[in-house]
Amino acid sequence: MDTLLEPFGYAFFRNAIAVATLAGALCGLIGVYVVLRGMSYIGHGLSHAIFGGAVASYALGVSFYLGAGMWGLVSAVLILLIARRRSIGADAAIGVITSASFAIGAVIISVIGSFTRNFEAALFGNVLGVGTGDVLVVGAVTLAAGATVFLRYRQLLFTTFDPEVADVSGVSTARMDITLALLLTALITVCMSVLGVTLIAAMLVIPPVIGRLLTDSFHKMLWISVAVGTFCGFVGVYVSYYLNWASGPAVVLTAAVLFVIAYAVSSVRRRSLPEAALDAHVG
Amino acid sequence: MSDLVRFEKVTCRYGREPVLVNVDLSLAEGDFVGVVGPSGSGKTTLLRAAAGAVRPIAGRILRDPKAAVGYVPQVETVNWYFPVTVREAVLMSRIDGRVVPWASGQDVRDADEVLDRLGMSDLGSRHIRELSGGQQQRVFIARAMLRRPRLLLMDEPTSGVDVRTRHDVMHLIHELHHEGIAIVLTTHDLNGIAAHLPKLVCLNREVIATGRPQDVITPDVLERTYGAPLEVLQHGGMPVVVERYPEPEEERKVVPLREGHHGHPA
Repeated sequence: MDTLLEPFGYAFFRNAIAVATLAGALCGLIGVYVVLRGMSYIGHGLSHAIFGGAVASYALGVSFYLGAGMWGLVSAVLILLIARRRSIGADAAIGVITSASFAIGAVIISVIGSFTRNFEAALFGNVLGVGTGDVLVVGAVTLAAGATVFLRYRQLLFTTFDPEVADVSGVSTARMDITLALLLTALITVCMSVLGVTLIAAMLVIPPVIGRLLTDSFHKMLWISVAVGTFCGFVGVYVSYYLNWASGPAVVLTAAVLFVIAYAVSSVRRRSLPEAALDAHVG
Repeated sequence: MSDLVRFEKVTCRYGREPVLVNVDLSLAEGDFVGVVGPSGSGKTTLLRAAAGAVRPIAGRILRDPKAAVGYVPQVETVNWYFPVTVREAVLMSRIDGRVVPWASGQDVRDADEVLDRLGMSDLGSRHIRELSGGQQQRVFIARAMLRRPRLLLMDEPTSGVDVRTRHDVMHLIHELHHEGIAIVLTTHDLNGIAAHLPKLVCLNREVIATGRPQDVITPDVLERTYGAPLEVLQHGGMPVVVERYPEPEEERKVVPLREGHHGHPA
């Protein structure tokens, strides 16, 4: 027992496992809306877009959180607005805005001549290096996201499923889009130091996809996704301590293993469905 | 009869392109109106403007503030793999006055009652992908009905379904009309649907004609609406539109292709 609890004797580990668990839950929650809107690539894209904000905030001498957050929010809103045009689509909108934003960051670096932020930490995170303040920030964003989804559950669901009729039925779909953009930006900004930009993209997608494989009900998908994200954050960091692996990738690999299991379970379940139900599934 | 929605010289556009131009139209209680016109003629925009989702750039749209409006989009506008059951999809339209995510017992009872009326009482727990095309259409109608509308706007409710399903859906829509709900639907089916409705609006960005099918389904109105000559026959007092396609041989004779000419026959 002492061996199992040994890592919890270290403050850095307690902070790391707390922040990874919260970040996993947060990604699982917001990722459901991201995946169902067909914007799975937005996490990856926004991470690149926020790079532009990070460089700009460095050049201007303002807080990283403020610069990257504002930049990311504007990028997310632009993506959601452009994605509304069916002739363009979400994937192209993400490609245009995020690469342009990344390019702006690169231009600013070429002008100012240096940028001292640690790129490896930005890409893969440094979960073992987080402090109590980081835990509190990620916790606050997780709490705010949970409260927002709770209070705007119906509007967000209707907007995600059928924005056209939601609009006609009195839901402010533009407000819902901005709400989602705000949550997504806050998530990426506060999780960059924990999981890193590359791994955020994975954690935004894998838990919701596992939820989708296991259920046909939206609220169950939401619960499963949050549970999977939370589990992966906790188990990934815990296992990485004993295996001496990098913690961020260990979190994502845990999710990948769960994906394989969920995929196998859903395949077996599909085989056991009556033929008529399968026909209906296939269309 | 009082107007539920009235268009007064309404012009709408997307970007620079006008979609509706100078439209005057009244939709009153008890109406059962079909809107016909070619693709891109503004039929969906007309419905969306009536529902309040599109703002005119000129003219005005007056609505009875006490009349709830239900909107039924084309079935292909949503992802039917989206993880919701039939009941969850229907309950989406109950968004007023409740903060918590879960539906109240009354909301669930109302949704089940509407599903029962539409002959889907045993499908509430099914995933929406497990439904036939006609049943998917009924889910959208049920969702709109949960708003207790006095005006139901339906965008091509019979597109992409077989003849039997089309008959079932139209039978249902007639029943709703008999219960006092004003209906406005768009359709491309002139003979199977439009000719059987009490009132038609022929639209091609502007209103070409409004009236009973026997008055507006005429070669002149149809040519102005569709931009192509169409023949109209009478069968049992009903107009029947006949589409004739030129034989390839005949087409060549009419517009001979010259050597070196690569354009379409004018």
